[in-house]
Amino acid sequence: MKLYPDISLRLFRVWQRNLIVYMQSWKVRSLPPLLEPIFYLVAFGVGLGSLVGGVRYAGEEISYTRFIAPALIAITVMNNAFFENSYASFVRMYYQKTFDAMMTTPLTVQEIIAGEILWGATKAVIATAIMMAAISVFGLISFPEGLLLLPIAFLGGLAFGGAGMICTALVPNIEIFNLPIFLFITPMFLFGGTFFPLESLPDWGRTTAVFLPLTHLVNLSRSSAIGRSDASVITGLAYLVLFVSASFPTALYLMRRRLIK
Amino acid sequence: MIDIVVEAKNLRKTFGGLVAVDDLSFSVMTGECFGILGPNGAGKTSTIKMIYAFSPPSGGTLNVLGMDISRHARAIKAKIGVCQQENNLDPDLTVLKNLEVFASYFNIPAAEAKRRSRELLELMAMEGRAASKPVELSGGMIRRVVVARALINRPELLILDEPTTGLDPQSRHQLWERLDVLKHNGLSILLTTHNMDEAARLCDRLIIVDRGRLVVEGRPPELVRRHVGRHIIEITDHNEPVRAFLRERNVPFESVGHRTLVGLENGEELCGRIKERFPDAACTMRMANLEDVFLRLTGRELRE
Repeated sequence: MKLYPDISLRLFRVWQRNLIVYMQSWKVRSLPPLLEPIFYLVAFGVGLGSLVGGVRYAGEEISYTRFIAPALIAITVMNNAFFENSYASFVRMYYQKTFDAMMTTPLTVQEIIAGEILWGATKAVIATAIMMAAISVFGLISFPEGLLLLPIAFLGGLAFGGAGMICTALVPNIEIFNLPIFLFITPMFLFGGTFFPLESLPDWGRTTAVFLPLTHLVNLSRSSAIGRSDASVITGLAYLVLFVSASFPTALYLMRRRLIK
Repeated sequence: MIDIVVEAKNLRKTFGGLVAVDDLSFSVMTGECFGILGPNGAGKTSTIKMIYAFSPPSGGTLNVLGMDISRHARAIKAKIGVCQQENNLDPDLTVLKNLEVFASYFNIPAAEAKRRSRELLELMAMEGRAASKPVELSGGMIRRVVVARALINRPELLILDEPTTGLDPQSRHQLWERLDVLKHNGLSILLTTHNMDEAARLCDRLIIVDRGRLVVEGRPPELVRRHVGRHIIEITDHNEPVRAFLRERNVPFESVGHRTLVGLENGEELCGRIKERFPDAACTMRMANLEDVFLRLTGRELRE
């Protein structure tokens, strides 16, 4: 017996549909991941960094720009995957009725949703690759370890894409997405070890951060960009793998419940 | 070759406490155009959503192309074409790309998909707009592209949910002509409509449903003869004396506001007598049609 009898490789057709649409305007779509890190690095790295100076990371003093550059990639992964599978998937589902049309073909709901989440993760990888190119110019990524950012982005993309899709399955209308963004995305963006080390937080803050996926994604990205690893890499990977193996089937289940009436 | 493309037995669909389809049984034969008619909320869309394996039945059995819908949904969907009520062309893609991408959902190879897409756009008189985006098209054009898209997998059964609702008369007639061509090529067609002209024009056989239940089944001309008669006499003035006159003669009639309607096999004689007796009454005779059957069987009150 197959674990998922309703999922076949046909899910790549859904993925491919999104890729075709993406490629129609790839130039415009590539601009944000190219320019955003530059803006952030200039504002935070050069501007704020001159006030901050260095940061202690893994027992070593590193520059503030080197500290935040991998976090910017992790944040982009989170935003790309979450927004793709929340707002964008919701628009396709609710306004464009794209899923309804797909459901009249041999595609199953599970394949449609799996294809969408896979696309969200792919978009996160594409954005990561573009950002890496921009950030490498500043010499802020160590290679070859830095190449691990790509598979890490894919794993993180699956995690945040699945979370976004769960929201899509639950929200009654598009306005409600403000809620998970305000309660889930923004706090992680600020407190997930992104712009200052977790050690600066009070105990309860640090404990909370450990339960948030971005914290682990930031840690993994930083380890790979800086090129040093410790035991936290294993816990981070384990956390994200667990998160994906819970959120992915949940998203499929909830979307099936929403779409099949 | 199977003779029956759709076989529904005691089909039921409930949404919580609401019964949308209640014990519906009917069959659609190969090569025929079959209509499901009914007022708003009668259960037409709920019924065909079950047939195209979009919505699982709550009860009864349903076979499409000889396969059980609950066990072979994917295989059935590979062999049918569906035009849903909403225009759900992919707004991010051109007309041609819409067809090609849709073909990929059926695992049709790219070169073959391109060939079929061009062929179908031509069939639907849309080849000139292959490069347009859906927002640039009129309602009638969008519908024709939706039909083209539904034919991309060379279906054995085409299902249309209210195909001409909201279209102007020109677009409607153009679509009907295309559907005629498909029908003459031997395609089995199942459609829902509340447009009686459409049903009379396209359907070989039809059922009328109301409140989820079957009201009547038959061929359009037969239904008219059986339930109304050949002629309809409409009298739009002098209601009271005319109705008294009809009552005296035991002629059944229908009162609709200021109009009195009489359906009968041969109305010429009666029409002449009414004109003689009430020279001022506006009395006209016309051929009875499907709309008369529909209104007689489903009532005249508004459905919201």
